Amino acid sequence: MVPAGASAAAAVLAAGFDSIRETPVEGCERAPYCMMGVCFDCLAEIDGVANRQSCMIEVRPGMRIGRQMRARMIDPKAA
Amino acid sequence: MARYDTIVIGGGLVGSAIAYGLARTRLRVALLDEGDVAFRASRGNFGLVWVQSKGDGAPHYQSWTRRSAQEWPALAAELEAKTGITVGHQRPGGVHLCLGEAEIEARHAMMERMRVQSGNFGFDYRMVDRRELADMFPGLGAAVSGASWTPYDGHANPLNLLHALHRGFAENGGRHLPNSTVTEAGAAPGDFRIRLAGGDISAPKVVLAAGLGNANLARHFGLSAPVKPLKGQILVTERARQVLPMPITTIRQTAEGSIMLGDSQEDAGFDTSQRPAVMQTIARRAVLSFPWLRDLQIVRAWAALRVMPPDGLPIYDQSERFPGAFTANCHSGVTLAGAHVNLFAPMVAAGELEPALELFSAKRFDVSATT
Repeated sequence: MVPAGASAAAAVLAAGFDSIRETPVEGCERAPYCMMGVCFDCLAEIDGVANRQSCMIEVRPGMRIGRQMRARMIDPKAA
Repeated sequence: MARYDTIVIGGGLVGSAIAYGLARTRLRVALLDEGDVAFRASRGNFGLVWVQSKGDGAPHYQSWTRRSAQEWPALAAELEAKTGITVGHQRPGGVHLCLGEAEIEARHAMMERMRVQSGNFGFDYRMVDRRELADMFPGLGAAVSGASWTPYDGHANPLNLLHALHRGFAENGGRHLPNSTVTEAGAAPGDFRIRLAGGDISAPKVVLAAGLGNANLARHFGLSAPVKPLKGQILVTERARQVLPMPITTIRQTAEGSIMLGDSQEDAGFDTSQRPAVMQTIARRAVLSFPWLRDLQIVRAWAALRVMPPDGLPIYDQSERFPGAFTANCHSGVTLAGAHVNLFAPMVAAGELEPALELFSAKRFDVSATT
């Protein structure tokens, strides 16, 4: 549990996960690092939206935080 | 006083390409780099190795660009082998998208003029209609009417290129001197002295490749380089899986997956600020081309200053008053890197620019010479 107002990245770290995403090219695991919106190592899929900076988003009850697996997919035909 | 065979002034893409090419032949080369106060066009590049839009009405520029693009695969391989830095060069061909029939007609006319001007050298291009283009590019916007295509176009990572040239230069024994703004220079034929904070250096040859700085520097060496800044702005999206099979004049996907949007042109002096109205125009045209871009987040944006001669063509000269002093100026430091390393540097080493480069002399801007 994290206090109200904490970021989604803080919640992931507090829950004991040691990684949150894979890098786009080599697929290396990464965890939240700078916690201030700079390093992009905390990218996650939050409530269905890919590549969110989880350190910049306030965590809420019921929020779905998923790993960002490599680069996000895009479906050109869907637009 | 430290003596070198050649002093290159300017550590951006043009200067470091020439310096790398010179140091490769075991010449003693000093590369003077201004530092963080410089405008550094080489840190703001889009990264195209681009042929199809260059040299309408100037066949010598078209062929120089083509020659450079031909040198690129070997240069990329050489730099990767020597430095371990992947410059990410790819040459899958490229397209210029046309929105509306008027743009198609104008583009077709320009491509045909360039084919005619190329003479025996040849210029392969094709106008691609909307149906075929939609097969090449999934999710093509309804506003796109067609495109021009050539096999010569490609792209690379411009920052990695700059890094690799600097590292390769150092590994070949070149001397990189950062924070070396040139304020005082003494010129005599074949004898050039540069005053630096750490002591004077001298060489029988000097290459002016200081980008916008050349405008002031050139006159000390009996040369002229009337270059002006032309601002460009670039937007960069989050990384995504590869979706664009080849670069487009204003849109390219990097090897790592980012999509870059750019190619604005503003005459704004030395102002490097970003303007939302221009960024909106870039984004709007990109979304018209590919509506799926709308879903991607913009994660970075910047403005930088191109180094622009009055007619947009490069300037290459050797000083008549002080032989041994050369200028090299252009706005296409990435595209022309192949030519600067493999063609221009050997000419400097030999002390003579090839006749084909005479048309690039700044004498073309001299009014008395053209009357």
